[in-house]
Amino acid sequence: MRSALLPRPVTVLRTAVFAAAGLGLLFGVQACRDADAAEGYASSIPLRAPTAKIVGEEVAVLTTAPNVPPPITRKHATKVIVKLETIEKPMRLADGVEYTFWTFGGSVPGNFIRVREGDLVEFHLNNHAHSSVPHNIDLHAVTGPGGGAKASLTLPGGESIFSFTALNPGLYVYHCAVAPVPMHIANGMYGMILVEPKEGLPEVDREFYVMQSEFYVSDSGAVRTLDMAKGIAEQPTYVVFNGSVGALTGDDALQAKVGERVRMFVGNGGPNLVSSFHVIGEIFDNVYTEGGAQVTQHNVQTTLVPAGGSAIVEFGVEHPGELVLVDHSIFRAFNKGALGILNVTGDGDARVFANVKGISSPGGGH
Amino acid sequence: MRPFTALFLTLTAAAASLPLAAQGVARMDARSTNGRMVTIPAGRYVPLYSRAGAGAVSVASFRLDTVPVTRAEFAAFVAEQPAWQRSQVKRVYADRGYLANWASDLDAGDALATAGPVTGVSWFAANAYCEWRGARLPTMTEWEFAAAASTRERDAARDAGFMRHLMAAYTAPRGQVLPPVGGGEPNVYGVRDLHGLVWELVYDFNGVMVSDDSRASGSGRERDHQAYCAGAAIGATDPDNYPAFLRHAVRAGLSGRTTLDGLGFRCAADAPAGGH
Repeated sequence: MRSALLPRPVTVLRTAVFAAAGLGLLFGVQACRDADAAEGYASSIPLRAPTAKIVGEEVAVLTTAPNVPPPITRKHATKVIVKLETIEKPMRLADGVEYTFWTFGGSVPGNFIRVREGDLVEFHLNNHAHSSVPHNIDLHAVTGPGGGAKASLTLPGGESIFSFTALNPGLYVYHCAVAPVPMHIANGMYGMILVEPKEGLPEVDREFYVMQSEFYVSDSGAVRTLDMAKGIAEQPTYVVFNGSVGALTGDDALQAKVGERVRMFVGNGGPNLVSSFHVIGEIFDNVYTEGGAQVTQHNVQTTLVPAGGSAIVEFGVEHPGELVLVDHSIFRAFNKGALGILNVTGDGDARVFANVKGISSPGGGH
Repeated sequence: MRPFTALFLTLTAAAASLPLAAQGVARMDARSTNGRMVTIPAGRYVPLYSRAGAGAVSVASFRLDTVPVTRAEFAAFVAEQPAWQRSQVKRVYADRGYLANWASDLDAGDALATAGPVTGVSWFAANAYCEWRGARLPTMTEWEFAAAASTRERDAARDAGFMRHLMAAYTAPRGQVLPPVGGGEPNVYGVRDLHGLVWELVYDFNGVMVSDDSRASGSGRERDHQAYCAGAAIGATDPDNYPAFLRHAVRAGLSGRTTLDGLGFRCAADAPAGGH
């Protein structure tokens, strides 16, 4: 990618480095560090080109949340065929509440897609014949018109195909973008695509796919639908992880063992709210802020996940128990459903944590 | 936008040259419009997309079928016009889904099925059917004007209850066999089933995509009414009218030969001279 830089910026960069070096003589070490920073920024605006040689072809393995496709082990770019179908169907949103979801792949959030930086992606979008309306897809990983949306308006029973090169590594949201787009997103049409950096991500023991979103639900009806007025007022009925209240609790809680390293691909489908993502009883050792391709921060308690955006968090689990995933805009967690559980099993280390005196309250409120 | 314009002109020209446009042929019962239509009085209406500053447009009085065309009615048409039978239709006029839910060329199903709206028909076929009846497809403006009416008022676009009703009707799952036409409450004009039974073809279905003349808008550049993402709200007169956006999104995906399980039509006609 660096080779795609035009000569002129390089010249400017050199000038900047020489100038900064001169300043360094005057101001010492601090100025040298500033010069490094300046070089980093100047060289971080590449004009990307799909230069990687495409070798072979494969069909992408798609997964349903909270599962993530396996890490990519190949060391070359390939042609990846992604087949995704839009399906409208009633499903449980909360106990006693059925909702007509619009989905990518039959679940909310939509199927997780994993490709490698430089891959040529041939995207097949099918719209189920029983759908009521046309759908399309805008992948934030796409450089191109509408993120693919302009090339993928698909009628019920139809298919659209477009291709793109995954130029930028990172964790990206995709969503339907047919008008009225807030309705399509509010009904559940979002998911994530990971473009793994060429050098891959560090090995971990567990990877999870967690996506927050909120629902604006009509007050009546055997199967509920979107209440537009609540959506426009941005007053959701439910705020949830992985498509329904309780999707990550009880038997469906995430599982890990003491001593394991965990990576969560965290997304936010919105349509309106920004998430203050927090795991009660843990600290994020690494955060790839806003789903970018590198660790930008260590030792983070709560990270913002924008609507239509993402974050990658990594942490080691050092103590057994139920870690609680929340949106720390806490009414959403307590009253509207934004709760999930990561159940950590194994032996505790009293040096990490110990109850010394008082009432043990594992549930937090008992 | 230019390719859309070209496509639309091509479609219109091709349709006009069809030998099936049965002008001046003696009317049979199956082709009578008697009792099928009501008169929609003239009025004014604000389209979802209008030329900049144009606001409301005038709609002349016209006549409109009270219910969508049924399978039985369409079966009578193809019996008389074999070129529109499933095995005979030219692929350029209808895709492979054309009447695919019929048992055969002329067998449109049992009594229940044939009382339901015909679907799996293309714009070309719908246009030919209406011409055969001595009628025509409603324009998009006419259709939207008539469909803006609730059971109580002519323009219910600001009636939140009506909008909620439309949203629920559009998104309710459809069964394999559609119910008979006429089951919906009549609106103030006496027209039924405009919302929720089937999407309906209109004469200028791609009008939103082509009708904005860049020179007329005065901006010096084309106004591209994008059917995707938030761009669709640009230029819309009422961003809260989600049902109208849904209808436009369906139309945006159509070509003259497209057929869909959930796409039907009804016919319209000019109001008689001197009518109201």
